[in-house]
Amino acid sequence: MSVQSTETRRIPDRLGTPLSAAVFSWPSLLLVVGLVLFVVNSLASPYFLSPWALSDATFNFTEKALIALAMALLIISGEIDLSVASIIALASTMMGLALQYGAGTSELVLIGIMSGLVCGAFNGFLVTGLGLPSIVVTIGTMSFFRGISYIVLGDQAFKGYPASFAYFGQGYVFWVFSFEFTLFVLFALLYYVLLHRTNFGRQVFAIGNNDVAARFSGIRVERVKFILFLLTGLMSGIAAVLLTSRLDSTRPSIAAGWELEAVTMVVLGGVSILGGAGTIQGVVLAALIMGLVTFGLGLLNVPGIVMSIFIGLLLIFVIALPIVFRKIRNRRR
Amino acid sequence: MKFLHKLAISTAIAAALMAGPASAAERIALVVKSLGNGFFDAAAKGAEEAAKEIGDIEVIYTGPTSATAEGQIEIINSLIAQQVDAIAISANDPDALVPVLKKAMDRGIKVISWDSGVAKDGRMLHLNPSDTNLIGETIIKLAADHLPDGGEVAILSASSTATNQNAWIEAAKEVLPTKFPKIKLAAVVYGDDDSVKSTNEAKGLISSYPDLKAIIAPTTVGVVAAAQVVTDQKLIGKINVTGLALPSEFKKFIDNGASEGVALWNPIDLGYSAVFLSDQLVKGKKAEPGATFSIGKVGSITLDDTNAAAMAAPYQFDKSNIEKFSKIY
Repeated sequence: MSVQSTETRRIPDRLGTPLSAAVFSWPSLLLVVGLVLFVVNSLASPYFLSPWALSDATFNFTEKALIALAMALLIISGEIDLSVASIIALASTMMGLALQYGAGTSELVLIGIMSGLVCGAFNGFLVTGLGLPSIVVTIGTMSFFRGISYIVLGDQAFKGYPASFAYFGQGYVFWVFSFEFTLFVLFALLYYVLLHRTNFGRQVFAIGNNDVAARFSGIRVERVKFILFLLTGLMSGIAAVLLTSRLDSTRPSIAAGWELEAVTMVVLGGVSILGGAGTIQGVVLAALIMGLVTFGLGLLNVPGIVMSIFIGLLLIFVIALPIVFRKIRNRRR
Repeated sequence: MKFLHKLAISTAIAAALMAGPASAAERIALVVKSLGNGFFDAAAKGAEEAAKEIGDIEVIYTGPTSATAEGQIEIINSLIAQQVDAIAISANDPDALVPVLKKAMDRGIKVISWDSGVAKDGRMLHLNPSDTNLIGETIIKLAADHLPDGGEVAILSASSTATNQNAWIEAAKEVLPTKFPKIKLAAVVYGDDDSVKSTNEAKGLISSYPDLKAIIAPTTVGVVAAAQVVTDQKLIGKINVTGLALPSEFKKFIDNGASEGVALWNPIDLGYSAVFLSDQLVKGKKAEPGATFSIGKVGSITLDDTNAAAMAAPYQFDKSNIEKFSKIY
């Protein structure tokens, strides 16, 4: 007579134990890299470990990192937005135009953010409404948005922003914590919750992994993607407000080349460029690492070109490491 | 936390030890528009020269990879953190750099701009390579020096709306009757800084004015086009081409005799003067309208109402020094 087992078979919902998964996860790897860089930097330069120096350093990457947060979601969903830097240029130009008509600080901020949203909606419409590939659409709008700035400004600049407007890009909330950086921390938390703790976040992952399956399981794929483009536009608009305030002026060449830096942060942060995987923690750490590397090398007065080589190598190293690791492990089996 | 605390303390001690000898030397940062540009490499050479002459100065030569204001701001942030004594910058944007340079001045760093200026609020003084009157006089002098008996000359400019060139030509016209009475300015034509148009305009000048002795082109595009026309039409020795030219582009026309000599700002002297000025500010001299600063072997400057000053007349290049400068820029 056999005794019916009351035990249920345990089916693991993930491979490996949660602890080892956490230790060997991408963000942990980045954390280690970040800590190593931090120690190396403090040993290499006597000026590194000062609250004000570190605070100044955050200005170099905060605006790009804000965009990277939204870009991460977009890339996880399988799309990309290469027009973000041009959105900054256009939003900044719109703020400058409004300034000529006597807009005050609050109107300027509103106009900057609205311009970002409109640009995001335009990208979103072209991609989800007309079904065009996002890489093609945003390469187009990259020239289009910045082109408008060049037509408006030519070789001129908008300047003379009100004194109170300077707070957003130059002000401090508390001690060495700048408004920009505080905003970044808040948004990082918001995006963490949105991506990892809401249904919307799960839908983003589902779409990125298989958008046909996602559609059949009732996810409104177009709507989600449209919202993601809106979010990228919104973050670019916010970045435009911060950067314009920090530079206290607008030129059409503002933020040139930032789209690639934002994408670099996202990819370095462990987001799969093919979509479907990634974390906000990783992106935040990647932003901090890029900031640490460039600032640390800057303190040693390493020429910019060497710095680019270093960032490139870091990217390849961090991307290649897990893949090489996996290959070695597979061979052993 | 304890570990961090220890780390912080030991680093602070290390910092104190390392900062000790380092702070003995005065550190002047020469920030340029972009690295890998011969013009600025030459300026850095001049800066080193000045540092050696004054003594006990460390020059930090730095700049972004691409010529952007954002890139220069990142560099200035790291220079502020390093607590350099002075920043001498050739700016990519006159306005966007003002906030960060103000921050630098708030932290006790002396800030000057040179070559390409920063708006008045963002620097203590600005050093122009030259000024309108000096340039206007120099371009005529370049031609007049080789025309002891006088004669007809013509100007081949950039576009008719180019602010710089128009101001120089006006200044040139003003000095003609008083300083160069034997020189007759026959015509001013515009080549729009376009090689083809400049070539056609130069040909037009030669056929319209058979007695033309010199073509003056205060633009690097025009001067090359005119020299090429003179070379092609075998008029070397009859018409002297001169003006503002890049030595590296123009060397062959000085070598073949189409030009007796040209002029342009000398980047070596600019870097040299920038270090001299920064050093005096660090040593406590105040930058205010009317103040006179020594710039070593280059001479001295007096600040105008906007705390700006011109360094010198454009530097002349001829057979004796074109070889050396053509390798620089």
